[in-house]
Amino acid sequence: MKRATWIRAVVVIGAVGLLEAACRGGLIAPAMVIAPSAMVVALFRILASDETGPHLRQTLSAVGIAMVLSIIGGFLAGFVLHSTPLLRRAFNPFLAAYYAIPHFAFYPLLIVIFGLGSTPLIVLATLFAMVAMIVGTLAGLDRVPRVLLKTAKVHRLSLWDEVRHVRLPAAAPHLLSGLKLAVAYSFIGVIAGEFILSTSGIGHEIAYAYDNFDNPRMYGLILFVLALVSAFNMTVYALERRMMRRRGS
Amino acid sequence: MSAASVAGSLREARAPLLVVVSLALLWQVLHQLAGDSAITAPAPTLAHLWTMVGQPRFGPHLRETGLAFAQALLIACAGGVGLGVILGGHRLSGEVAEPLLVGLYSIPKITLYPVILLLFGLGMSAKVAFGALHGIIPIVLFTMSAVRNVNRVYLRAGRAMHLTPLQTAWHILVPATLPEIFSGLRIGFSLTLLGTMLGELFASQRGLGFLLMTAIDLNDVKTILAIAVLISTFALITNTALLAIDSHLHRGAAPEPPH
Repeated sequence: MKRATWIRAVVVIGAVGLLEAACRGGLIAPAMVIAPSAMVVALFRILASDETGPHLRQTLSAVGIAMVLSIIGGFLAGFVLHSTPLLRRAFNPFLAAYYAIPHFAFYPLLIVIFGLGSTPLIVLATLFAMVAMIVGTLAGLDRVPRVLLKTAKVHRLSLWDEVRHVRLPAAAPHLLSGLKLAVAYSFIGVIAGEFILSTSGIGHEIAYAYDNFDNPRMYGLILFVLALVSAFNMTVYALERRMMRRRGS
Repeated sequence: MSAASVAGSLREARAPLLVVVSLALLWQVLHQLAGDSAITAPAPTLAHLWTMVGQPRFGPHLRETGLAFAQALLIACAGGVGLGVILGGHRLSGEVAEPLLVGLYSIPKITLYPVILLLFGLGMSAKVAFGALHGIIPIVLFTMSAVRNVNRVYLRAGRAMHLTPLQTAWHILVPATLPEIFSGLRIGFSLTLLGTMLGELFASQRGLGFLLMTAIDLNDVKTILAIAVLISTFALITNTALLAIDSHLHRGAAPEPPH
């Protein structure tokens, strides 16, 4: 396992180095891809200037709202579906097919309804992310051992206490995998929406730089988004691993 | 098929059908509340879709999107299964690649689209590349885990019966990995469609995505809804068919060993 980590680091560093050499050597035109070092320089220049701040704030707050809405809403919807078999039977085929629908086809419609701004982006990202949480919640609640529920009943726990002390911890692994997807999808929904049609936000800034052939700014921003999202995802993964270890021991 | 099983599948379809009906009702109610400028009513929208599909100028756009999607799907399936078999067969390279692939899976790939546009130029090839990029990762991941999890006992049994490598592949490896690989292909199918559509929505001159963006500029809600319904219906119908094949394949699969 350790060896794989080492090899992975070497492969990644080697690939970046190769790209750097190819760009510096003139094999790849700067009109296509700029050298990785130039991307980092551009990234710091962008961070130093304060014009990106409002865009960043806007994107992150939209992502944050979408994340909270989809995680809480997804859990509640999953809980309701789990406790009403009739509803669950009705919605099951749609949950299975949900991610086959290209949601971004509905983004234009959301713009017509809510106008340009953060609202259609938040709605789009929430719709995109929520079903992952619903599916995760259903999977988790399905796997709560009956013995635990019976024990809860013997102890006469109220619904709230039962959920808090029994169902949530027992369903945690599946809840977490739903949560992980909801986090990633919230980012994807907001940034992709901004990218296609928006007047502000990080995604719009990247598209704008592309339209103006401003490659350093574009690559700097791309690097920034990828680093930010990767850092966020890795934090969630690390949290998950820690929790798993605690359960295992 | 007996009458009882027909009745059974009807009963099974009743609840989902109810949801379809209530969705249509919700659409109608939204229309009543918001008016024509925000949401057009279901019936005129579907009629509009029907006339639009009949128009000669619609054909090239549909063909463009279909062609881009088909090529992207082909690349994603062939490349994904090939890569997945290699990475699944060679344990170390699989361990090296898996976290990278998972990371790539969860980033917003749309940010990479300008890079792809710069590399491939505006047009069909950029859309194909972007669609394939979306679809290939889940296919690699599923294939990899399928190949890794082939029961060693089967391979040992094959060796005991002196099967040739070709016979081993055909009689053991393919049936053992097919169900899981197919699940990967099903997810890859949806994501490839999503990627192709995203590619068309941004900087495109032809295709359904381009029609959608033109409709926004013209504030033509009816066309937006009609195209969205067309794409969603296509996605839902193909996915339902693939899902049926998927569960059929999994029914024949060996039960999971007890943990």
